[in-house]
Amino acid sequence: MGEEDYYLELCERPVQFEKANPVNCVFFDEANKQVFAVRSGGATGVVVKGPDDRNPISFRMDDKGEVKCIKFSLENKILAVQRTSKTVDFCNFIPDNSQLEYTQECKTKNANILGFCWTSSTEIVFITDQGIEFYQVLPEKRSLKLLKSHNLNVNWYMYCPESAVILLSTTVLENVLQPFHFRAGTMSKLPKFEIELPAAPKSTKPSLSERDIAMATVYGQLYVLFLRHHSRTSNSTGAEVVLYHLPREGACKKMHILKLNRTGKFALNVVDNLVVVHHQDTETSVIFDIKLRGEFDGSVTFHHPVLPARSIQPYQIPIAGNGFCRGVSAAVLPRGCVLTMIFGSHIKSYLWNLQVKLEPIVNLLPDKGRLMDFLLQRKECKMVILSVCSQMLSESDRASLPVIATVFDKLNHEYKKYLDAEQSYAMAVEAGQSRSSPLLKRPVRTQAVLDQSDVYTHVLSAFVEKKEMPHKFVIAVLMEYIRSLNQFQIAVQHYLHELVIKTLVQHNLFYMLHQFLQYHVLSDSKPLACLLLSLESFYPPAHQLSLDMLKRLSTANDEIVEVLLSKHQVLAALRFIRGIGGHDNISARKFLDAAKQTEDNMLFYTIFRFFEQRNQRLRGSPNFTPGEHCEEHVAFFKQIFGDQALMRPTTF
Amino acid sequence: MAVAAAGAGSGPWATQEKQFPPALLSFFIYNPRFGPREGEEENKILFYHPNEVEKNEKIRNVGLCEAIVQFTRTFSPSKPAKSLHTQKNRQFFNEPEEHFWMVMVVRNPIIEKQSKDGKPVIEYQEEELLDKVYSSVLQQCYSMYKYLQTLHLQSCDLLDIFGGISFFPLDKMTYLKIQSFINRVEESLNIVKYTAFLYNDQLIWSGLEQDDMRILYKYLTTSLFPRHMEPELAGRDSPIRAEMPGNLQHYGRFLTGPLNLNDPDAKCRFPKIFVNTDDAYEELHLIVYKAMSAAVCFMIDASIQPTLDFCRRLDSVVGPQLTVLASDICEQFNINKRMSGSEKEPQFKFIYFNHMNLAEKSTVHMRKTPSVSLTSVHPDLMKILGDINSDFTRVDEDEEIIVKAMSDYWVVGKKSDRRELYVILNQKNANLIEVNEEVKKLCATQFNNIFFLD
Repeated sequence: MGEEDYYLELCERPVQFEKANPVNCVFFDEANKQVFAVRSGGATGVVVKGPDDRNPISFRMDDKGEVKCIKFSLENKILAVQRTSKTVDFCNFIPDNSQLEYTQECKTKNANILGFCWTSSTEIVFITDQGIEFYQVLPEKRSLKLLKSHNLNVNWYMYCPESAVILLSTTVLENVLQPFHFRAGTMSKLPKFEIELPAAPKSTKPSLSERDIAMATVYGQLYVLFLRHHSRTSNSTGAEVVLYHLPREGACKKMHILKLNRTGKFALNVVDNLVVVHHQDTETSVIFDIKLRGEFDGSVTFHHPVLPARSIQPYQIPIAGNGFCRGVSAAVLPRGCVLTMIFGSHIKSYLWNLQVKLEPIVNLLPDKGRLMDFLLQRKECKMVILSVCSQMLSESDRASLPVIATVFDKLNHEYKKYLDAEQSYAMAVEAGQSRSSPLLKRPVRTQAVLDQSDVYTHVLSAFVEKKEMPHKFVIAVLMEYIRSLNQFQIAVQHYLHELVIKTLVQHNLFYMLHQFLQYHVLSDSKPLACLLLSLESFYPPAHQLSLDMLKRLSTANDEIVEVLLSKHQVLAALRFIRGIGGHDNISARKFLDAAKQTEDNMLFYTIFRFFEQRNQRLRGSPNFTPGEHCEEHVAFFKQIFGDQALMRPTTF
Repeated sequence: MAVAAAGAGSGPWATQEKQFPPALLSFFIYNPRFGPREGEEENKILFYHPNEVEKNEKIRNVGLCEAIVQFTRTFSPSKPAKSLHTQKNRQFFNEPEEHFWMVMVVRNPIIEKQSKDGKPVIEYQEEELLDKVYSSVLQQCYSMYKYLQTLHLQSCDLLDIFGGISFFPLDKMTYLKIQSFINRVEESLNIVKYTAFLYNDQLIWSGLEQDDMRILYKYLTTSLFPRHMEPELAGRDSPIRAEMPGNLQHYGRFLTGPLNLNDPDAKCRFPKIFVNTDDAYEELHLIVYKAMSAAVCFMIDASIQPTLDFCRRLDSVVGPQLTVLASDICEQFNINKRMSGSEKEPQFKFIYFNHMNLAEKSTVHMRKTPSVSLTSVHPDLMKILGDINSDFTRVDEDEEIIVKAMSDYWVVGKKSDRRELYVILNQKNANLIEVNEEVKKLCATQFNNIFFLD
């Protein structure tokens, strides 16, 4: 297996911490993604490390007994430590606030605290075996205020920090789940739902294990993931992951089933909206993308792994003086977006982020349409997509035109969605809704938005330069991209048109160019009209095409006059400018110069007479003013036709 | 039928008289070098129509032409005579390749009048024929020789001088879809070298160069398509292979090549055409395939013989796509027509031609039938158009000619930067200024997207 084949890898900079042992306790807080190393109950120090911050927080606290759980509130404002099953201790980490610890006992009599979760920087939820209690911490008063509570029997609980939802397992079978949602001091109870347990032999009591449930946000929606193990009684081919969609409002609904086609022990992660399932026996992982097309049976969509199973790329940790040490024992923290693997090296353990490598996937997914669907949903997709585009246009890996069309259509579909969002945002802002509606947000431009300049710069400009490419293919690809843009009603940028023209001109395909222009496939613009003018010496009809284009632009009348004068079509220029009613403002000198250059005396006479008449009409005298700088033309006129030929001023 | 149609066209003006349009008397090709010695004159003649003419008469006629050309050469060495006017007929000479001469003899139009004693008197109308029209026709004969075209001299007019191409008006998106279709077909059937796409006998795309397309277009619209009109009308609603199981229903069929793809002995013979690329003639098979009103010409190098298998593949690749495309085009066309169709029928007719892209547009001509192109105006007016065109050819500059014709008709010719426009107006008691205004209005509505000087 080549190194380029691994599509899952561990992050560059793991969080490193001391291995857990009787004096050193290690805790992991998923909400803040922090690792706590508590030595001797905190007396000899607590070190807190997160994946993002380089500077670990370290402090000491009194050893008041064994620490069961330790977590910072959001933004590291308040530290909560659970040491007993009835109480949680608090300590402010806010400057100017007392750092003396204060304690909160759970309100429900005879209840045991299973754990606690911070839902904001000052709000905390206690989960007990008899219900939940929602508190507000008042750090300056060093006390807590109960906001709300709810009683029910709890087997175990789970918290999803991104969506601030707590899931409580109730009933004997543990398979009825009760979600609660928390937001700004309010707690709302969502409809409870039941997880269908697979049939089990009668001798064993079926129950839902905490280990088989995970909560994660996938594509902005909260899902409860249930790992349904293979049961011998059913005829399924292996274990499955069932995704229950938990909407903000409304009932929970079973939506997706991920077919693992294996049995054994599994662990789940969600990375970049992909569900990653690790299989312990084979030490390989597979990924699922619920946005890719699956088999829909009317209520549930079945998905298969996007790619063949692969191991995570092995990571070698350099150890001073001792070469490399490969991780021996690995464990996956089941829930949330972070995979942590604790490598049992000599002294240290590591917390990693799992990442998806996109480059190897390009070669593992031969169906380019599906590949695009997959890549367009990934966070860091831009360069990979561009490389896929370049690759499909390369000589060795050349794709067929229908495939190329599909890829362009998928790119432009995303591009158009973004443009539309931008436009409606701009319109809303203009209409002054920005203040009244807090929901109005500027659309985020993700990496999946590849605009024309991206495709031009990274793909097409290099592609047309390739000498070995048959020009028929080059033109077909360019037209396909333009077709796709048009299909999504995206205005095509002139540099794409220029690319088409350049390619056609290079291969002397002027008649094709002419036809494209005739059907307005290449949109009118001044740069394009100028480009056409420059082609006239190679292809005479380009002149006519250019003039037509300038005419249609209707903002290029000056250019039209210049073009006609440069062609010595003085009379035509004058008739044109008169036709649009601009003849009172034109420079007489310019026209007289051009007329003189033609060496056609009659033409000069006509033009000269026209301006004399204009002078007469505008100023009551046929004479030119000194400001018009026509002295030499007057002299020339006299020389050819004599003084008496000058127009006489008419007096009224 | 041809004569009847032309006669009907001139009906209102021909109450007492019988009119006979111009007709082809003979057509021959010769090379003086092939039989320079006496007694071998027959060898000079490469082609003679009508073939039934007696041998000696053929030789005499060829000899006369040779003599006339030789004789006129003494006055104008570089430009020998192009035509010879006589009372009864007119002869046209053309030397397309050195020493190869094509001669066409056309009988002048005849009016048969009844004299007082009831005897018919024949009057030849020598001035009715326009040299330029028929010498253009003769030149096209040379280009079309490869297509074996029949001549319809009774209905030649201005459009024959232009030899233009009528383009099908189409929106950008549908046009791009057609582009995409052609590129895909050329990719999957890679022996196809060039493609041309037509709809309603009007051109949409040509992969051939302009001059080659002009000839091919003439062949398609005046010869191939009209011949296939009848079967198409008969079988419009029944796709030919609809009953074939497993075949996608489509309306595609070959206009050249095999008639029935299920027949294992079907002949895959296609007409050959010659196109001019890089100064060398290229020989190609012409495959014309049609679905509803959309026709596609695929051109394949003549060294490759298309097999029945290839034809079947082409049918399966092109048939369904072309059927969809044809209905798309039809739909788009109807939308566009509805959008612009609110205006009432204008009281003028026009012919437009652009020398740069050979685009022609005529509201004077009705649809061309195999034998005649029907015009909706009097032949006298058509002749005025021809005369104006001759005037335009003489000078290079832009100009405008307005002619007052008989019975309230005005004919206006305009020439601007390689474009020509001929307008026929019929307005009671109109004066020159009003006519000029009308033409300006016409230009503003019909030609507002091009640079056409008023």
